[in-house]
Amino acid sequence: MSPVIPNLLSIITFLPLVGALAILGVKWASRKDDTAVIERNAKWIALWTTLATLALNVVLLAGFDRASTDYQFVEKVEWFSFLNYHMGVDGISVLFVALTALLMPLCILASWESVKTRVVEYMIAFLVLETLVIGVFTSLDLFLFYVFFEGGLVPMFLIIGIWGGKDRIYAAYKFFLYTLLGSVLMLAAMLYMVGVAGTSDIPTLSTFKFAAEAQPWLWFAFFASFAVKMPMWPVHTWLPDAHVQAPTAGSVMLAGILLKLGGYGFIRFNLPMFPLASEMFTPFVLTLSVIAIVVTSLIAFRQTDIKKLIAYSSVAHMGFVTMGIFAGNQAGVQGAVYQMISHGFISGALFLCVGVVYDRWHTREIAFYGGLTKLMPHFAFVFLLFTMANVGLPGTSGFVGEILTMTGLYQASTWAALVAALGVILSAMYALTLFKKVMYGEVTNEALKGHPDLSLREKIIFAPLIAGTLLLGIYPAFVFDFTTASVDAVVTTYRAVTGG
Amino acid sequence: MDLSSALHLAIPELILAVSTLGILVYGALRGDKSAGTVAALCGVALIAAAFAAAFGGHGKVFNGSFIADGVALYAKVFIYIASAVIIVLGRGYFERLNNNRFEFPILVVLATLGMSMMVSAGDLIALYVGLELQSLSLYILAAFRRDDAKGSEAGLKYFVLGALSSGLLLYGASLVYGFTGSMNFDAIAAAAQANPQVGLIFGLVFVISGLAFKVSAAPFHMWTPDVYEGAPTPVVAFFAGAPKFAALVLLARTLNDGFAGLHDQWSQVMLALATLSFIVGGLGGLMQKDIKRLLAYSSIANMGYALLAMATGTAQGVQALLLFMVLYMIDTLGFFSVQMALSRKGVAVTKIDDLAGLSKINVKLTIVITVLCLSVLGMPPFSGFWGKFFVFGAALDAGYWGFAVAGLVASVIGAFYYLRIIKLMWFDGDKGEIDKSPFEAKWIAYAAAAFSFPVAMVALAWLYPLAANAVKSFGLN
Repeated sequence: MSPVIPNLLSIITFLPLVGALAILGVKWASRKDDTAVIERNAKWIALWTTLATLALNVVLLAGFDRASTDYQFVEKVEWFSFLNYHMGVDGISVLFVALTALLMPLCILASWESVKTRVVEYMIAFLVLETLVIGVFTSLDLFLFYVFFEGGLVPMFLIIGIWGGKDRIYAAYKFFLYTLLGSVLMLAAMLYMVGVAGTSDIPTLSTFKFAAEAQPWLWFAFFASFAVKMPMWPVHTWLPDAHVQAPTAGSVMLAGILLKLGGYGFIRFNLPMFPLASEMFTPFVLTLSVIAIVVTSLIAFRQTDIKKLIAYSSVAHMGFVTMGIFAGNQAGVQGAVYQMISHGFISGALFLCVGVVYDRWHTREIAFYGGLTKLMPHFAFVFLLFTMANVGLPGTSGFVGEILTMTGLYQASTWAALVAALGVILSAMYALTLFKKVMYGEVTNEALKGHPDLSLREKIIFAPLIAGTLLLGIYPAFVFDFTTASVDAVVTTYRAVTGG
Repeated sequence: MDLSSALHLAIPELILAVSTLGILVYGALRGDKSAGTVAALCGVALIAAAFAAAFGGHGKVFNGSFIADGVALYAKVFIYIASAVIIVLGRGYFERLNNNRFEFPILVVLATLGMSMMVSAGDLIALYVGLELQSLSLYILAAFRRDDAKGSEAGLKYFVLGALSSGLLLYGASLVYGFTGSMNFDAIAAAAQANPQVGLIFGLVFVISGLAFKVSAAPFHMWTPDVYEGAPTPVVAFFAGAPKFAALVLLARTLNDGFAGLHDQWSQVMLALATLSFIVGGLGGLMQKDIKRLLAYSSIANMGYALLAMATGTAQGVQALLLFMVLYMIDTLGFFSVQMALSRKGVAVTKIDDLAGLSKINVKLTIVITVLCLSVLGMPPFSGFWGKFFVFGAALDAGYWGFAVAGLVASVIGAFYYLRIIKLMWFDGDKGEIDKSPFEAKWIAYAAAAFSFPVAMVALAWLYPLAANAVKSFGLN
């Protein structure tokens, strides 16, 4: 463990919050009528804060001992009752923290010109969201986790509701109430667990043996919460609404990070804490996942709105993740983590692509577009690359995740793997059709002409995502170096209990 | 124990009783122009009493009818402070209405004295005397704006229904006395243990009903929305916090001391009241258009959570109750202060729809309301979440599975109406400038929001052991 910077995790977690307070301070210190100056300051403070967080993350990754299965950079301070302020990361969570820190400056940049109303509040909401999301991945106390997990709802509710499209209010409500209902059940389960185990320490609880008859209930309560976040079929219906109405950067956050909270939760809680129940419910989860992959892929195929199509494709890809996790073997869980990281890049980039065309023409109707390759060759390249990555073309990160989860699943259930493989074909079907309709053909719509190709700002946004997608596709060990030890530990303990 | 040491334990009450009488004479002689001085003196008396309670000794005096123990002192400190805040709020409010009468702070102190007696009551007589002193003062306060039709209606309604509930309580107390032969809680407990007759349980249920009315638990909640809507806002802010806390502590003492052996019986009543309350509170709030009526339903739901903690009959449950109520009192104080801080062209903002677009007009107050809404809704990391956290933790530990889950689901229903407020303020178009907010209401609102987050995160580290120590005096496990 590197002692370069003490309390590194706390600093990373709360730095964005400090940035948000700084924006507020600058706003209250400047003259009221200087809106333009205040807004410019807010943007720059937000950008620099997120970049500083990213830089600290590089330190974190560099100082991380990849061979160890222990939690690292641990901080522990007593709070009240049985609660502790307990932070730490293992090989799985450290990558999600890094992913969040990487996507965040891109989100700020993506909103640089497209957000025109209430810029100050917007930047504050995003910074607060970053703190809360990073907190979810770094907290090692059950209730600290819950605080961050639930807290994330509020800024997201405001982001969708204030800066969203025309049905934003409906979408914001749906998002909030769906996830809240899932979470309160988890809260009840958490309270019960603490009552039984006498501690809310996550590492201790991971090895605590909960009674076999209590496990299904606890498992289900956690599942209810994470499945909604994930989202799994059939509780996914909030996602397309929320996505379509959210501003571009909101969608990137939602698809890139927030969806991963569910998968992370499964790996951190369901699998190690309730192994018996996890095994019992495996067929159930696999069924839901397979349905999700096939059904939502078909739904995606029928969409007329670009963003909705990508949203449904996210649900389908998350199906691979749940499948991999509940396959409960090395390949499956490893693949699931990989798929989540890779999906963070790919779906983030795809939503940014939608943002690019939406900023120019203010519509997401597929029928409106056509022949963009001729008008925007650079954009065509980017969009093609991420479409292919989304399909899972070898050489991109999407391929590695899919092949690993499928391998893992094949060992657990051949039939499920067989049906899920359909999903790979279906994803090619809807993604390539989308690309064909939007990018190829003649420019039939005169309104499309007269807009520039990607600007420098947009190219800067896409550059790290392109690099990440290709790098992870060609050299997956970059991720595996971090995750192998921790995933091994999870799978070994799981297998030891369930005896597979 | 001799008289001087007995009086020693009652110093907070003595301070309040003696000073109110003195201040009353002063006010009566000087007339309404003394209102400012009277308010200041009453505030000083309350703070002095709070200090006396904070450093007060423990003991049981006057033949066991007056108890000064951890729970009583804990409750007293917070009740006194809350009342002092109400005097500040009310002073500004009535001054702006040109209804500047000196009786307001005196009535608040008298009511506080009643609450103080309630939390220290060790027998049925002390219970009733304390309760009536508090209620009578509150009846007058509810109708304090005599020239206002709605205010008078609220006062009358509160009085009639309150008198009915006092009747129920007295009837129950008489049954309890008849079947056990004693007024004292300890003696009642001994008799109930030895011979739990049906008549005694009848009496118990009536006593609980009478007290449930005071805390506005469903199905005894009917008065709440009307009184909240009609009574002057600082008075409602008072109703919503301190008296409920006092009544809950009194109920906890009655049940855990006086009817310790009958936990199986009274816990059922408590669970029924709790479940009904959070269902009625959750559903009833959905259709409201008036801010104060909405808060009334919110308080009904929250009393449900408090009663759920009470039903456990464990030390953990009582501790949860003490923590929950303190956090809740601060939230409600904040809510009503915000409402007092909002007016348009001199007319108070009372409709929820009038909050629309507030974020474009006054961001600071919008943030305050948002924080308080999220807190009452039970969103972490705000203080309201921790209150519920303790309550549900205690309920689950006691094995009340279904009830805890029902409570949590009800809180999701309740979430809808708080979200509506947030939605109106942040997402919708505005309805024009608001007036400059009065100083004291604005700052009390800021303070309450700041307490909710982030102060509570630190304060709980101090409050939690405080409540844990207080509960030890109940001798529960």
